[in-house]
Amino acid sequence: MELLVASAVGILTAAGVYLILRRRSFPVILGLSLLTYAVNVFLFATGRLVTGAPPILNKYEEVAYTDPLPQALVLTAIVISFGMTAVVVMIALGAYLSSRDDATAMPVEADGAEEEA
Amino acid sequence: MSLFLIAALPFIGAVFPALLIRAGRNAAASAAGLTTLLAFIGLMLHIPAVFRGETVFAAVDWLPALGLNAHFFLDGLGFLFAAMILGIGLLIILYARYYLSREDPMGQFYSYLLLFQGAMVGIVLSDNILLLLVFWELTSLSSFLLIGYWKHLPEGRQGARMALTVTGSGGLAMIAGMLMLGHIAGSYDLSVILQNKDTIQSSDLYLPALILILLGAFTKSAQFPFHFWLPHAMAAPTPVSAYLHSATMVKAGLFLMARLWPVLAGTPEWFYIVATTGLVTMLLGAVIALFKDDLKALLAFSTVSHLGLITMLLGFGTKIAAVAAVFHIINHATFKAALFMTAGIVDHEAGTRDIKRLGGLRHLMPVTFTIGAVAALSMAGIPPLNGFLSKEMMLEETSHTIWNGSHLLVPALATVAALFSAAYSFRFIAHVFLGQKREDYPAHPHDPNTGMWIGPAFLVLLVVLIGLASAKIAGPMVATAAGAVIGGGELPYYSLKLWHGLTPALCMSVAAVIGGLVLLALHAPLQRTWNALPRPEAKTIFEALIGAFTRLSQFVTEGLHNGVLTRYAAIMITFTVAISYFAYRGGTLGAETRQMQDPGALPVVGWFALVVATLFIVAKHRNRLLSLVLIGVVGLVVSMSFNYLSAPDLALTQISVEVVTIILMLLALNFMPKETPVETPALTRLRDGAIAVVAGLGAGGLIYALLMRDFAFPTISDFHLANSYKGGGGTNVVNVILVDFRGYDTFGEIIVLGIAAMVIFALTEAVLGSKVRAYLLNRKPDLPQAGDAHPLMMVVATRVMMPLALMVAAYIFFRGHNLPGGGFIAGLVAAIAIIMQYMASGFAWATERQRYPYHAIIGSGVLIAAATGMGAWFNGKPFLTSDFGYLHWPPLEEFEWATAALFDLGVFLAVVGAVLLALESLSRFAWQPGISSEHAMDINPARDEAAKTGTEG
Repeated sequence: MELLVASAVGILTAAGVYLILRRRSFPVILGLSLLTYAVNVFLFATGRLVTGAPPILNKYEEVAYTDPLPQALVLTAIVISFGMTAVVVMIALGAYLSSRDDATAMPVEADGAEEEA
Repeated sequence: MSLFLIAALPFIGAVFPALLIRAGRNAAASAAGLTTLLAFIGLMLHIPAVFRGETVFAAVDWLPALGLNAHFFLDGLGFLFAAMILGIGLLIILYARYYLSREDPMGQFYSYLLLFQGAMVGIVLSDNILLLLVFWELTSLSSFLLIGYWKHLPEGRQGARMALTVTGSGGLAMIAGMLMLGHIAGSYDLSVILQNKDTIQSSDLYLPALILILLGAFTKSAQFPFHFWLPHAMAAPTPVSAYLHSATMVKAGLFLMARLWPVLAGTPEWFYIVATTGLVTMLLGAVIALFKDDLKALLAFSTVSHLGLITMLLGFGTKIAAVAAVFHIINHATFKAALFMTAGIVDHEAGTRDIKRLGGLRHLMPVTFTIGAVAALSMAGIPPLNGFLSKEMMLEETSHTIWNGSHLLVPALATVAALFSAAYSFRFIAHVFLGQKREDYPAHPHDPNTGMWIGPAFLVLLVVLIGLASAKIAGPMVATAAGAVIGGGELPYYSLKLWHGLTPALCMSVAAVIGGLVLLALHAPLQRTWNALPRPEAKTIFEALIGAFTRLSQFVTEGLHNGVLTRYAAIMITFTVAISYFAYRGGTLGAETRQMQDPGALPVVGWFALVVATLFIVAKHRNRLLSLVLIGVVGLVVSMSFNYLSAPDLALTQISVEVVTIILMLLALNFMPKETPVETPALTRLRDGAIAVVAGLGAGGLIYALLMRDFAFPTISDFHLANSYKGGGGTNVVNVILVDFRGYDTFGEIIVLGIAAMVIFALTEAVLGSKVRAYLLNRKPDLPQAGDAHPLMMVVATRVMMPLALMVAAYIFFRGHNLPGGGFIAGLVAAIAIIMQYMASGFAWATERQRYPYHAIIGSGVLIAAATGMGAWFNGKPFLTSDFGYLHWPPLEEFEWATAALFDLGVFLAVVGAVLLALESLSRFAWQPGISSEHAMDINPARDEAAKTGTEG
């Protein structure tokens, strides 16, 4: 199980990084999303992997629980990463609509001036 | 008056002139003057204690863990400097009121001046060297504002920048030096450091600390080779020059050398560095000053020379030389401030300060002439004025100083410097005031009004009085301050009097005065020779140096930061991987302590789906729609694994966020190209692939290493598990952590989320307000559109589902404290319920029925959370302390109430508002004329039927 999770984190990270290094904004956003999964799973896994022991207290008997703290951290991280993705998507969309170009490199200045003219 | 108040008064006072300038220039000047006077009086109240040789303390621990404390102390040296700073400050405030013209923003001037004054007072009263450093940097910054006060003058701006660069970089060196000093002494308090002479001087760090601290002092006090900034700072208004370069800014370096004299002085290193630098500076400044035609430049170089003199005296390291240094500090402040103000008066009234265009002013400006002449004679070292006394002491000291075995070198060079010093002082008098009256002054010179000359006149009175009755007037002050410099112990024998008999010093003095007169007579030919000599121009060298630095940083910046996102990302990722590897190599990996768990079939299937989907995304990322679908698969597997791995809350959150994110990206993709073109060469892709694989291996390897080991430190989670029910009243520990234990974090999170949504809204407004709007309105869809945008089935289904979905949201919300759920998840579910209406019935239809703006929903959420948190205050508890209890209303089951639920309501509202605002903003891009219809469904057979019968009937 540990190997499955670790390799999944590795593959998600690699795919995310590769896509972030692309030259158009949409693949970069995809890459960021994949990297977000990787990071969230990574953080979650720092609490170690436990099955069938959710951190919901059992009033009636003594049972073992998984580590609740990484879960709380990751929960907010998931919501915040939605906010981040939304902002990035919006910036990418605004940039594309304004210049009709979704390249992530800044246009060379002379070209920009030409376009303006 | 408490030392805190004395140090704080100028800063407090700095606020008033800027505000009161609307009430007139007198109001601004009076406000500045009154606060300074108050601080001055406060200082004077300490006279009895200080002159008894006591030290006044005022201490408050600020950041004791860092050794940074607000400790102030006042001894003789601090008192002398504080008195000079505040006393001369008062005279300058008065003088500036009449000097500045109507066009100059006077409120600003006084505010800057008081800011500077406060920083200076802070330096001289600080007991803590870190605090001293803070004030030290403040003087650099505030003097920058003062020197560049005339913003319209390029020289003013350049001079200010040069001063800031030189003194600022010296200050940086000094920070390092002071940290070393504090490290050696084991304390950052001066009163402790000053007791540790032997420890400090025997330390290996003594020499580096000494050099770094001296760099700070030398740059501030304009010692060779850093002297060049001072003359360029003369572009400032004259009151600024008079203040900064007589009593304050440049004396800060001297103050520091005097302050640390007990622990740093007395070693050969100190002698050769400090005394030699002082000697060279004294000589060089004096020679250059003689050949300057600008009155202020002449005074500037003479200041450089006198600072060199004092530095040299401190450098000698003998107690008697330290006494002479203190005495000359006092004398120099009096005559130099008077001279600067005189030069300002001449400039103000005659319209020029070019010596070549002046002369014969004694008839036209008798008062100014008297003041200027007495001050200049004191500078030349003519008895019975105070300059003579301290110069005599200086010459006396040089005469028994041996420099590298040579008995003659120091006295000879000092005499030459004194000779030039006498010459330029005589020139100041002769070429400005004496000689024939001229007809071609740019203005009509006359004595200024009293307000302008009263300040320098007072100083000149001091010059004469100290000269005539030095032992009575200056004696106690010199003794107290010098006693503080040498750091306890007996003061050596000295006497402050005019006639010491026929000493070597007197002969040197006489030689200097006669030589000075000869030089003055020969000035014209000498000036021609001087002008013909090639000289290194400090400003050119400085600017070339700065230019080189600018080009270097531009080169580096443009290399790393060329506007290509791909490059930043590649650099950042490579660097992160590299330092992680470095960290990994630097540590040791413990043995594996956990067993690998057997996964079973289901996780393997999930893993397989995730890996295949991820690889497909990479391979097929050019087909954007397909990659979005595949991202959905990844998200689903991630949610499932959260659920499988005992994290039901995470699974719920992830799956609802997934829905919202995919809708958002689909909306955006609608306006963007659907394909990514192939444009990177194969080699680049290979390189990116290599970076990606290394990063992936790093992340995967790290988490694998973590997963196979137990916690290295005891976890704090046990506390949360143990106290969740007892202290937080909930059995869902994750939720209790979110709304209770870590409520502050969550509070921050919802604010961030709200800000993100507002950013999206603002961006939408900006983009739609530009010419993009026209493009959007005329845009033809690039894919075939559905014939029926709002199909009947979907409209009906979503309407039915809406209350059900909201009910689910409410259920999730309420059970959140004890079972998986809570505000975050409930907010997402509710948002999805409303988004479904947008999707099914159309933007226009949904907007019409929207009753509350989403901004307000976010705001109310944050406010409710904040108010809940503040509620704890009324119970005398800290912010966000929660409370809970149980209620039993028959016939209902007993149920729990908790303030945390109210906080969770805030979270819920903020999440709903943020998600909807983001999506609504994006949807507004799609708006086109005619898109909105009064009907929820485009095609409605019943309506068509009715219309048909209507027309027929």
